[in-house]
Amino acid sequence: MNRTRRRLIVALAAAVVPGIAGSAQTRGLEMPPVRIGLTPVFLNDQMGFLVAWREHLEANLRRPVEFVQRQAYKGITDLLLGGRLDFAWICGYPYVRNRAQLQLVAVPVFNGKPLYQSYLIVPAEDRNTMSIDALRGKIFAFSDPDSNSGHLYTQYLLRKMGETPATFFSRTFFTWAHRKVVEAVAAGVAHGGAVDGYVWETLTGLQPDLTNATRVAARSPYFGHTPFVARLGIAADDLAAMQAVLIQMENSLQGQSLLRRLNLDRFIPGEPKLFDGIGRMIRVVNGG
Amino acid sequence: MHLRDLSFKYKIPLRGSVLIIATAFAVSVALIAREYDVFKRDLIDTAESMGRVLATTLVTPMLHDDLWRMYEIINSPFQSKLRPNSPLSADLLVVVDPLLRVYVSNQPKRFPMLAEAAEVVPDFKELIDAQREMRGDDPKVLDLKTSDHLYMVTPILADGVLLGTLVMGYPRDIFLPRLFALIQRAGVVTLFVLLLMIAASWYWAQRFAEPLVRLADCMGRVGAEIPDDIECRLELGDSKDEIGRLAAAFQRMVLDLREKAALEKQVVVSERLAALGRLSAGIAHEINNPLGGMLNAISTFKRHGQDDPMVARTLSLLERGLTQIKETVAALLVEAKLESHALTRQDIEDVRTLLQPDVTQKRARFEWQNDVATETPLPSTPVRQILINLLLNAIHALDVGGRLLCRVVQQENALRITVENNGRHIPPERLDHLFEPFAHGVQEGYGLGLWVTYQIVEQLGGRTEAHSSPGETRFTVTLPLPVAA
Repeated sequence: MNRTRRRLIVALAAAVVPGIAGSAQTRGLEMPPVRIGLTPVFLNDQMGFLVAWREHLEANLRRPVEFVQRQAYKGITDLLLGGRLDFAWICGYPYVRNRAQLQLVAVPVFNGKPLYQSYLIVPAEDRNTMSIDALRGKIFAFSDPDSNSGHLYTQYLLRKMGETPATFFSRTFFTWAHRKVVEAVAAGVAHGGAVDGYVWETLTGLQPDLTNATRVAARSPYFGHTPFVARLGIAADDLAAMQAVLIQMENSLQGQSLLRRLNLDRFIPGEPKLFDGIGRMIRVVNGG
Repeated sequence: MHLRDLSFKYKIPLRGSVLIIATAFAVSVALIAREYDVFKRDLIDTAESMGRVLATTLVTPMLHDDLWRMYEIINSPFQSKLRPNSPLSADLLVVVDPLLRVYVSNQPKRFPMLAEAAEVVPDFKELIDAQREMRGDDPKVLDLKTSDHLYMVTPILADGVLLGTLVMGYPRDIFLPRLFALIQRAGVVTLFVLLLMIAASWYWAQRFAEPLVRLADCMGRVGAEIPDDIECRLELGDSKDEIGRLAAAFQRMVLDLREKAALEKQVVVSERLAALGRLSAGIAHEINNPLGGMLNAISTFKRHGQDDPMVARTLSLLERGLTQIKETVAALLVEAKLESHALTRQDIEDVRTLLQPDVTQKRARFEWQNDVATETPLPSTPVRQILINLLLNAIHALDVGGRLLCRVVQQENALRITVENNGRHIPPERLDHLFEPFAHGVQEGYGLGLWVTYQIVEQLGGRTEAHSSPGETRFTVTLPLPVAA
């Protein structure tokens, strides 16, 4: 009985495994995988979503897809500039700084616009803080040094006040992800934090308890939303294929479902001048 | 009512129960105390290893000043949603920098960063002293009597340089839920065993106390009466232990008392009868002397003749009255005719013949046994009178169709006469005065039959015994045979 069952399983496995291998070969076309760098500009820690998205991309690109993540934005940017990644979904800040070496592939559309804001959040108990001014001498949480919404914008505001984070706050720290800025402020580790407005809004649907423990004290002007970019040397066909797949997401049921989980309307090709605002802020912060 | 006045029926099981409860309580307390120590040891061991792990893990983020990473590390023990109140997790975790400011804590709102640790962390002054005394990188347990927390203080060292100190606080009442659960379980088991043991102890105590209680009851009645019921006679137990021996001694005592009482009663009866006998003999003699004179005078007067019919009638009346007095007195003054001939078998058989018609009239069964073989050295007339009196009484008491038994047995040195009937029995209150003259208010005759019998037996040096119970009335007369001269 036992032996019979084992034989049956072996036979089934033999029948199924070559089938998978075969389809991968025909679909994979012996090409190297597309390597895509992901950063916490979206909720990149939802593994179920990542698996579904990769399958979607592989099916539509007809190539294997490999996602690469690093603790900091800088890790992804370095890999991309070093040619070790083909594409990456990064923040506008590193994009603007390295615009010469990067090509814009697509920009996500959130609430009807390819734009987003930086939120200044404080613990929900704090009912008074309406701007960054009230947080002088307090402990402040940034997400990533290379984040526009989670670092650059606050630096810019302070710079205009003639301050730097080190002089204005008693202590600052990086949490390396927007979601964790929300956690830090909710737990009271920090008295305030700078966070990607799109991430915060998306979290309100996924973890309302977490976002309810925080309050949005101030919102920044709109900036170009986090761009999906390609390294400079990539084949034009590959870039076009990737761009097409992203932009066509809204036209398939599977793509729509993935966009819903991303809390995005669609991807559009976008234009580099969307990010000019970020470029101005960089000049203010770095300049005099 | 005093506790010591309680019956053994309650006292023994009460004492047993108190002992059992005290034992159960002591054992439970000992076990729980031991369990408490085990909990504490477990906690300290866990805290120590956790302190080491955390202190090692915190070195790198602390060197990189990565505050968020440190927060995530020290907060990770509190992430478990499954066991929010895990008994072995600290509720307080604070990393203090070398300047004694809060670097990071698991409760940032309570222990805000950069605050002076001495101002926000409870018991921190004692903890500083502990930190100063610390050598090497060993975690140190601080069990402050004044604090409601147990503390584990671990230095965070990088290459021998103190980066900070990890303070973990465990609430003392962390054990309480586990202790309560333990007490509850121990309580249930103890209660169950207690019920069984107390029931058993009550049962054994009852068995032990019961004969004692019964003995005490019986003994308490001695004095007012001699306990004669079956409980006091048989059911006091026949064991060889102290209670059994006590019961045996008690039974011997009761037996002696009963014999003594019977003897006393017998002595009283015979003394009373003897006094009666002396009194009636004295009165008889005093009456007989003038009576003889008066009768002689009447006799003489009649012999000399007197025509007056009035006088003759009066004298005759006087004579009849005086004669009746004489007969009554003669009946009271029993005097055995000791000089009659020796008793023979035929004398006894004659009595049977004499009384047979009366027996026949009652249609009674007459059992007869006559063992008198030859001449017996007893005067025949008084013996026959005794036998006749007893048999007449017995026949009188018989119901129609009853049973009558007469047995005359010659023993080695006595003649024994037994008369038995199954007719109306003599009530106990009459039995005591049975042999007294005119005692029973009997309608027929003078009621002197038994009195006479008793007197004759006394004069012959014998003994009369009467026994009567429903269905059986028995008179036994024992007459000693004179020692052959």
